[in-house]
Amino acid sequence: MSVPISYYLVLSAVLFGLGVVAFVFKRNIITIFMSIELMLNAVNLAFVSFARAQNQLDGLVFVFFVIVVAAAEAAVGLAIVIMLAQNRQSLNVERVNQLKF
Amino acid sequence: MFILDHLWIILALPLAGAAINGLLGKRWPQSAVNSVAVGSVTLAFLAVAELVREFSQLTPDQIPFVGNYFTWMVAGPFKVDFALQVDQLTVVMLLTVSFVGMLIHIYSTGYMAHEGGYYRFFSYLNLFMFFMLTLVMAANLIVMFVGWEGVGLCSYLLIGFWFLKKSAADAGKKAFIVTRIGDFGFTVGVLLVFATFQSVDFGTIFKSVSQNAPAEAILTTICILLFTGAIGKSAQLPLYVWLPDAMEGPTPVSALIHAATMVTAGVYMVARMNPLFSRAPVAMLVVAIVGAVTAFYSATIGLVQTDIKKVLAYSTVSQLGYMFLACGVGAYAAGIFHLMTHAFFKGLLFLAAGSVIHAMGGEQDMMKMGGLRSKIPVTYWTMFIATLAIAGIPGFAGFFSKDAILEAAKSGPNANLVLWLLGVVGAGLTSFYMFRLVFLTFFGKPRYDEHKVHVHESPKNMTAPLIILAFLSIFGGWFAAPKLVGGIDYFEKFLAPVFSAYAPQVAEPAVIIAEPAASPAMELVHALTGWPVIVGVLGLLVAWWFYIKNPDAPKRLAQSVRGLYTLLLNKYYVDEIYAALIVRPLLWISTNVLWHVVDEGAIDGVVNGSARIARESGGELRKLQSGNERSYATWIIIGAVGFTCLLLVLWGKR
Repeated sequence: MSVPISYYLVLSAVLFGLGVVAFVFKRNIITIFMSIELMLNAVNLAFVSFARAQNQLDGLVFVFFVIVVAAAEAAVGLAIVIMLAQNRQSLNVERVNQLKF
Repeated sequence: MFILDHLWIILALPLAGAAINGLLGKRWPQSAVNSVAVGSVTLAFLAVAELVREFSQLTPDQIPFVGNYFTWMVAGPFKVDFALQVDQLTVVMLLTVSFVGMLIHIYSTGYMAHEGGYYRFFSYLNLFMFFMLTLVMAANLIVMFVGWEGVGLCSYLLIGFWFLKKSAADAGKKAFIVTRIGDFGFTVGVLLVFATFQSVDFGTIFKSVSQNAPAEAILTTICILLFTGAIGKSAQLPLYVWLPDAMEGPTPVSALIHAATMVTAGVYMVARMNPLFSRAPVAMLVVAIVGAVTAFYSATIGLVQTDIKKVLAYSTVSQLGYMFLACGVGAYAAGIFHLMTHAFFKGLLFLAAGSVIHAMGGEQDMMKMGGLRSKIPVTYWTMFIATLAIAGIPGFAGFFSKDAILEAAKSGPNANLVLWLLGVVGAGLTSFYMFRLVFLTFFGKPRYDEHKVHVHESPKNMTAPLIILAFLSIFGGWFAAPKLVGGIDYFEKFLAPVFSAYAPQVAEPAVIIAEPAASPAMELVHALTGWPVIVGVLGLLVAWWFYIKNPDAPKRLAQSVRGLYTLLLNKYYVDEIYAALIVRPLLWISTNVLWHVVDEGAIDGVVNGSARIARESGGELRKLQSGNERSYATWIIIGAVGFTCLLLVLWGKR
């Protein structure tokens, strides 16, 4: 007897919700970054669950795309974080408002 | 047949003069402006003279001669050609307008020499000549209407020539607005003509009305509507109020536009539309009554005015009344004849008055003149001749024309003794106030400060037109004189084709070609001892008694009939009555309803309100775009959750 799909989906939704809450309330840019990763992976979990339940490959293919995008984003994003940290001596996003009118 | 084939030349000359002076004249010296303005009008007069020569060679079936230049507008059955026509009536009008116009142009070169806006004045004056000639040469009602409105425009421009003076600007507006009331009637009349005859072309209308006349009620309506236009344009009761105020304009303008030509356009139009009027007896009676009452009424106002130009203005209104009286009793030829002689002597009176004002350095009050006879002899003699002419003293132009009108009112086909009586009394009053003007101005002791005012005769370019017009005021009447000695009235005979071609068949022809008189000598004696002459001489004697023999008498008389005197001095309070009945309510409605409620409330409210809505909603919405990405994320999340819930609800129902 396998685990029903709803269990996976509820876990995915909880993870996604945690990511969202962290994204909105945290100020540290690395924490925000991690919350984005958390949301992406919550979505990945949903994709995998659907693929398994429907017995189709489409969802798995999507997961690979998301992992690739997440890796690229991490590379670029962490580079930006390093530069910020060097220039501002701070990781607080509220202080990165120089381009705001 | 050059001019006949190119009728437009007569119009093009003054129009070109107006354009050249108006566009380029500002930087030119006065002499250049003069030569363009006077030159173009003189050439136009020569063209008219040549036209008359060519016209006399036409056979009767070629008249009216129509020159059709292009189709102006077509809309279904409504078709208007730009067409000009020449017939006997046109010839008389053309000669009068172009000749008097030319003289007044020459006069103006002297009178306006020291005024600013010299080029502007002559440009307007030329433009006026263009429109007036268009009016009299038009071959259909629409082209006539162009001229009709055009002269109104020029009248407005020239009355308000000194537009920095508030009274002049107001007078211009008054003239324009009051005549517009009449023009409304005229426009409706033209539309009704088209609805009835399916054409606005004179020839077509007249043929159609003589072969297959519509119901008399329709004709009467048309004629009264058209006559409404004439009432406005020719300053008859009750729309005459603009003409006395029009004296704010320069004096040559008063002479040309507000005495000799434009104001007679209404008379010309009624005479031109005679086939319609002759078939509408009720309308004819209205024309005659308005004419006679106006002739009498404005003569009474003229009795007490002290401004020299105002006297002449009321006199003009009165004389126009005589012309309408003539048309109303069916004596169109007499009306046109009076129009012509009036153009001579009233033009002369105004020009001479201008010369007096010029000599007095701008003074117009006759009470501050007196004794000018020997100082400005040319002006005095020419003005005296014109006064004899307008008073109807035998031998002068006005005698023949006024006598013809009153004769027609007494014994013509549509004779009416009450109207005749009004006319005769009016003639007596005319004689009185005109001699009063002459005696106050030229006789007695000077009532001005002789050290301050340097009285001088006007230059030659002003006196020459006076002398020419004085000759015409004497001899201009002799075209019609032979009738008095038993012959045929040349003037009536000349115009007869216009007035009898489409005359009603059943009634007597509108024009009576002199019935053989019992005895020429008796006829002459009869005319010389007729009531018009008697009252004319009586007016002269009374004026002499009042203003030369007993200079104190006028004051005593004014004291004894104070009420009447005040009433006349204030022109029957007509301006005040119009102000109270029309102007004041209109102003009140405009201010309190249209301005404060409709404009400020509704229109401004909508405009300002929509602006306020945009501004305030923008002010609120801009707070959403704070620049804080995490708040955007919050919005996105709220949106996503919202949509998800929506989808769940919608799908859940399925």
